[in-house]
Amino acid sequence: MSATSVCKNGGILPLATIPRLTSAEFAALIKTRLTEGARLAACLAVPEGDGDASFTLYAVLADDQGGDLLVVAQKPQRQFDSLTPTISHVHLFEREIGEQYGVKFAGHPWFKPVRFHAPWPGGSDGWDRDPEIHPLVGDMDYFTVEGEEIHEVGVGPVHAGVIEPGHFRFQCYGEQVLHLEISLGYQHRGIEKMLLGGPWPRTAMQIETMAGDTTIGHMSAYSMVLEGLAGMAISPRARALRAIALELERLANHVGDIGALAADIGFLPTSAYCGRLRGDYLNLSAQLCGSRFGRGLVRPGGVLFDADKALLTKMRQTLEAVARNTRGAIELFFSTPSVLARLEGTGRVTARDAYYLGLVGVAGRACGIDADVRRYHGTGSYLPDEIPAMIEEGGDVLARAQVRRQEIEHSLEFLNLHLSELPAGELRQVLPPLAPGCLAVAMVEGWRGPVTHVGLTDADGRFVRYKAVDPSFFNWSGLALALRDGQISDFPLCNKSFNLSYCGFDL
Amino acid sequence: MLRIIRERFRQGYRTAPFPKVEPVLPERFRGLPVIDPKKCPAGCTDCEGSCPFGAITRPNGLPRIDLGRCLFCADCPACPYGAITFGNDYRLATCQRQDLFYDGAEHLLAQKLKKKMLSLFGRSLKLRQVSAGGCNACEADVNVLSTLVFDLGRFGIQFVASPRHADGLLVTGPVTENMRLALLTTYEAVPGPKIVIASGACAISGGPFVDSPEVHNGLESILPIDLYIPGCPPHPYTILDGLLRLLDQRKQTQKR
Repeated sequence: MSATSVCKNGGILPLATIPRLTSAEFAALIKTRLTEGARLAACLAVPEGDGDASFTLYAVLADDQGGDLLVVAQKPQRQFDSLTPTISHVHLFEREIGEQYGVKFAGHPWFKPVRFHAPWPGGSDGWDRDPEIHPLVGDMDYFTVEGEEIHEVGVGPVHAGVIEPGHFRFQCYGEQVLHLEISLGYQHRGIEKMLLGGPWPRTAMQIETMAGDTTIGHMSAYSMVLEGLAGMAISPRARALRAIALELERLANHVGDIGALAADIGFLPTSAYCGRLRGDYLNLSAQLCGSRFGRGLVRPGGVLFDADKALLTKMRQTLEAVARNTRGAIELFFSTPSVLARLEGTGRVTARDAYYLGLVGVAGRACGIDADVRRYHGTGSYLPDEIPAMIEEGGDVLARAQVRRQEIEHSLEFLNLHLSELPAGELRQVLPPLAPGCLAVAMVEGWRGPVTHVGLTDADGRFVRYKAVDPSFFNWSGLALALRDGQISDFPLCNKSFNLSYCGFDL
Repeated sequence: MLRIIRERFRQGYRTAPFPKVEPVLPERFRGLPVIDPKKCPAGCTDCEGSCPFGAITRPNGLPRIDLGRCLFCADCPACPYGAITFGNDYRLATCQRQDLFYDGAEHLLAQKLKKKMLSLFGRSLKLRQVSAGGCNACEADVNVLSTLVFDLGRFGIQFVASPRHADGLLVTGPVTENMRLALLTTYEAVPGPKIVIASGACAISGGPFVDSPEVHNGLESILPIDLYIPGCPPHPYTILDGLLRLLDQRKQTQKR
């Protein structure tokens, strides 16, 4: 029996067939695979439920070259040694597991709470906080720099704009940022805990609002997990409609982000145009399903809304005009020397740091990491040969903007092609019962990056654990590093260039 | 420079003529529900309890929807007989929680502020937005009000950076335990008299996260609320309509 179990995107594995490795084998295998070019997609703990308070660790690795997803498991244990010192990619997953199940990871270099909630099984947690009192958000040991001329700047949770809450703590020497630590958890709604024992009637709406700007991304991943567990394939038509909605979601957000970058550096023409154009893409989603954010379009088994010839024509015509204006606004942005001068070299993340943090999506591709679910784990309408590598090498704000520019162009072409004719097929089919005792894993390239969902079922086909990983989970650490040795006044611009999700991280 | 001017002409004038001209929303937009009790089969009470979020009850033997709990789901399971469907009316905001209970007959929309408050805020309202567990969809559709399509500033309404500069709060999200204190502190920092707006199903009732131990099921138990804006998320025009009604800048339709 091989040490890993392999499936494709959207596939399932019976839990019994996944070999349980010793902790040394587990660590060695992950390390080897990462060295060979795989990416850590998810890591989670599942309680054994034997009254012994022991947990099985699972890691999902994405092997882009083979288009495979590797699942590795570790023998149930009660205590864990941290893998972070040798495998930095797991640093946040270990903290997350520690908080969720009240276990400690010995030797973790910065073992701190992630979302500030009590452990799910109750009782004491990894920081010996009082189990009777809800943990105080933001209450942890921050990394500090000491010195006579060092000062600390704390920002948030409530910010000076219409955005989500989070706490940022800068260690500064004058204007220079020596270190930024980001502490989140303010948006924690307890979604993963509510999913235990599910799926429930409320589940679909909770998945759609894990990160409301990635409704299609998260809901498609969730649907793929359920369809995998149910052993069904959705029709080509439903797949095409999901892909159209996913690209509309990408366009709305990328165009909005270019506008937000323009606003931050005071280049008002592009800011004004993109702010409006973003709404036009949202309205296209609403033409399809009635909701600007794609609520109610994707459901396990298919989609709820069809697009007939008339609607497709209408959407294509609207898109044509919107695309023309989008290209105009973006060309203006990237052909203005003062804009480029402001973006270039600001907030640089090196390729090496990006690799060790496991940066994904737009932020990863801006550091030259050629990873894209559409390109390497494509399903349905995404034919890997047709998805180019949309990467930049700079790792700075400019590179992140240019990755978006490339993706906007690609999404416009994609939509132009797919809105002309939809394949035939049933919109939605009935979902058969979920397979018991299985693990399903699905990835969707949302607009920020890969949205990874892993579902494990018990003997009754209910979720014994459901794990969702928003790309922001990896990338917040990237933002922290982007600020290092930069000017504190560059923070808003750097933050916009990542535009990460608080609620997608907090869940 | 010439390039910028040329692009300016190409992009054109885009501010919508609202509120003089009613907006045209997509056909599939789900607005105010349409309840037709005539379609209820005799003796049928299936809709009661059919909504996973508890939005539908039958207090007088007839279906009634709590717009504060309703998520306007595309696959609303309430009625297989078509007695409950979604209409296209985006005007939903109310001033009282009980006005959100809708039985298909009357829907009392938001009323203008009391005389003193109106004289203070009617032509200039500065709001501080607080996201307290929102999924960023409500926040995004509040943000678009400041784009040139809606041009919120022309109504004298503006979102400001500090609670000290604000006349009130617009809150989104179900109020997570982790945001409760920050929300209360922000509210304290707003000088009185002040107003509070609950925007979105989460802020009104907890939305999709209702009954999670990590949330407080909305603002109701936390702060006094002056305006309720239903939706998941509310359409930008729903928010704008509510704000303008509150400021007496919209023809006051009492009932509908």
